[in-house]
Amino acid sequence: MAEIVIKNVAKNFGQFTALHSIDLAIADQEFMVLLGASGCGKTTLLRIIAGLETPSQGEVWIGGRRVDRLPPRERGIAMVFQNYAVFPHLTVFENIAFGLRMKKLPQPEIDQRVTRTAELMHIEQLLKRYSGQLSGGQRQRVAVARALAMEPDVILMDEPLSNLDALLRLEMRAELKGVLAASKTTTIYVTHDQVEAMSLADRISVMNGGKIVQAATPVEVYRNPAARFVGSFIGNPPMNFIPATRVGEGKWQVAGLTMDGPKAGPDRLEFAIRPEDLTITPGGLKATARVVEPLGAHTLVTCEVGGAPFRAVLESDLSVAPGDDLSLLPKSDRVRWFDPETTMAV
Amino acid sequence: MSVAVATDVPRPVAEINAAGKFLFVAGTVMLCAWVLVPIYLLVVNTLSSPQDVSAFPKTGIPSFDFGSLQFFLNFAGVARALWNSVLVAVLTMVLSIGIGAPAGYALSRFDFPGKATFRMLVLMTRAFPLPLLALPLAVMFIRVGLDDTAVGLALVHTTLAIPFAVLITFSIFAGIPIELEEAAWTLGCNRLQAFQKVVLPLVLPGITASAIFAFTISWNEVFAAAVLTVENRTLTAFLLQSLSVSPMHLKFAGGAALVLPALLFIFAVRKYLFAMWGIANR
Amino acid sequence: MPQRALPYLLLLPATLFLLVFFVYPFVQIAILAFSGPEGFTLKPFLTMATHWKFQTTLWNTLLLTAIIVPIQLVMALSMASIVAKLKTGRNTILYIFTIPLGLSDLAAGIIWLAIFEQSGFLNSVLVGLGLTERPILFLGYQNLWMIFVAVILAEVWRATAIVMVILVSGLGLIPREYYEAAEVFGAGPWKRFTKVTLPMLRPSLQTALILRTIAAFEVFAVVVALGGTTLPVLMGETFNWQFALSDRNVAAAYALVILAISIASTLVFLRVLRTPKGATI
Repeated sequence: MAEIVIKNVAKNFGQFTALHSIDLAIADQEFMVLLGASGCGKTTLLRIIAGLETPSQGEVWIGGRRVDRLPPRERGIAMVFQNYAVFPHLTVFENIAFGLRMKKLPQPEIDQRVTRTAELMHIEQLLKRYSGQLSGGQRQRVAVARALAMEPDVILMDEPLSNLDALLRLEMRAELKGVLAASKTTTIYVTHDQVEAMSLADRISVMNGGKIVQAATPVEVYRNPAARFVGSFIGNPPMNFIPATRVGEGKWQVAGLTMDGPKAGPDRLEFAIRPEDLTITPGGLKATARVVEPLGAHTLVTCEVGGAPFRAVLESDLSVAPGDDLSLLPKSDRVRWFDPETTMAV
Repeated sequence: MSVAVATDVPRPVAEINAAGKFLFVAGTVMLCAWVLVPIYLLVVNTLSSPQDVSAFPKTGIPSFDFGSLQFFLNFAGVARALWNSVLVAVLTMVLSIGIGAPAGYALSRFDFPGKATFRMLVLMTRAFPLPLLALPLAVMFIRVGLDDTAVGLALVHTTLAIPFAVLITFSIFAGIPIELEEAAWTLGCNRLQAFQKVVLPLVLPGITASAIFAFTISWNEVFAAAVLTVENRTLTAFLLQSLSVSPMHLKFAGGAALVLPALLFIFAVRKYLFAMWGIANR
Repeated sequence: MPQRALPYLLLLPATLFLLVFFVYPFVQIAILAFSGPEGFTLKPFLTMATHWKFQTTLWNTLLLTAIIVPIQLVMALSMASIVAKLKTGRNTILYIFTIPLGLSDLAAGIIWLAIFEQSGFLNSVLVGLGLTERPILFLGYQNLWMIFVAVILAEVWRATAIVMVILVSGLGLIPREYYEAAEVFGAGPWKRFTKVTLPMLRPSLQTALILRTIAAFEVFAVVVALGGTTLPVLMGETFNWQFALSDRNVAAAYALVILAISIASTLVFLRVLRTPKGATI
């Protein structure tokens, strides 16, 4: 059983607070992704769970044991680093076997585990090579194999795909998902790429400024962002935001259009809708197309709505030209509202 | 933009390049000769008989007579001086790496109050004419019984070598990503094991090079050796003291004895030398 | 994971060592230079300064440095530029150029002795070419200036490699794009050298100049090898006062003079060759 509980963990580096009081619970065998931009604290949190940093306050529990004062080797974890950290002076075989030798496992068992994980990661033909002779993608597989061979309770991954080229990243993502699911290990995965997060995670913790803004399933995070930040960070292109003022009970003025909205709460809110949740239908927001990008699968139109930029993702066979006036109707069940003061969802 | 004049005849590009290239090659050859010829001349003298060494005019060709060398090696005190030089240099090598490498590691891995002060201390030692320290140390050594010993001189030479050792090992360790150690920690190693199994194999060539460099610094050092050794002279002290009275062929053979090991050492570490000096001086 | 005390433990041996074998003797020298039988006194300095040899010694050392260092700088720049441009044989040429790095100054002195001494190679060449009839006594005490020249040659020969190595690594840091951009904007090779290479080499030049100048003030064994006691220099006089004249206080005073000019020149170089904040590569 390897559930992870993080209680009130904070981390300061001198004057700088990297993490403000994090509380998070991760279930056994869950695939949790820590998602955020650079500097949001996601790697710091991962390293605290790993034991490579000590928290300034708080507790870390793995599998029912309190581990925050223990060194990494006593936590039952294995880690895959962003730059792979494959030992250059050892062969691929010895790299994968490294942790097993430290555990003093008998040689036959070591051989068996190494070959098994190497086959899993499709590197069995590279076992006698050294890391200098491997490509980036191959080194990455070695790093993953090395972690898997430990058969840990928890696998921690720090942006393992970010140094690969786009095509390789796509392939590895799919492979990783399969391999990690089959291994039945709790996984914590750090990334800044929201597509990766959406594709791999059971749950995503969106982080910003050292705090977890929302921790929920990918669909939930996408459909019901808990804060403006989540809405603007997830989804490509990001959510559109328009300031709205109350004009009556449950009625709101949004860029010249009157819409139904929240009844209670402040008189000024932000109206939000995703670009793909718009259709060209009369009675919608008045938009003037400025830039039209035919992307093949769909067309991205950047318009002006109420004097501000506004994006819409439309079907590719619609012909739109710059300068056209359009009426964009939002799907009513996809409209979201945010309080501009607190940036939280309403 | 100047207007092309009708009388301008464009020179073929190949011609211009040829002239420049010739200068370049000539310059390189001259500089190489500048470095190599004096050494060659020393070798000529070393490999000539004592008579040839004092003879005039010199032909520039060695007579391949080992008389000078034999005289040198059999000369009273030379064998001991050679042995002392080796002893002191080895001690210096061991001490400077033993003391300097941990400091280099600490500087490369940790951030702590006092780090800047320590670096300042190390850099300051470079600005000071270190051999002069031999003067008061001579007195101190007499009091502790270290005067005229290999250990005493090695301690002074180590002071000379430590700044290099620290700065060089610092850059060597800094070249090993800490992630490698961290990976080892997650794979079951404690700090010491991670160092032994991951860092050490990777830094060994560089550490060896800096050890050899420390050896060379000690082997070549003159002032402190002359000050601190009387009976147990090192080769440099011996040659210095006897300069005014020794015959020519002795001087030259002695010079060759100084030069040869240094040449070999520099050849052995040539890959690192340049990285070492370049980095050590930043 | 990291214990608090570990870095300090690792630094402890080096710190202790330097305190005992560097700071302590240094303080001793400083004290010695200012003490006499009755305590604090400037007598050692007075003895030193009024000694008939002092002016010449100081002058010799400063003059030697003033001539040697610029020559070395120019030569090292040339050698470094050559090495930077080389393609084939670069490693061999580099090794050859750096050979003098491994040589003791005493060895260098002896090598050039072989060339300059009365029955040496220079005389052999001169007589062989018919330029003179008899061998010239280059290194006699009458030809002080000749000894000077010999010392300069020996030092330039020996120590230029150190400057070159520092410059080569500095050159290696300059990205090619800067040269290409300069070329596109119309700068010829000389202009590229003065406007791109030299300014970007400033930190390396600064380091090299500081180190070489300090080392030049310490010139000792080369002078003894070539000129015996004919050409007094600061380091040699320090040695002399310590042993031949048995006055440790004056020796310490000389040591402090060397230290003072070393620090002064370091400060000058730090000031003159400093790079404005943010103007580095």
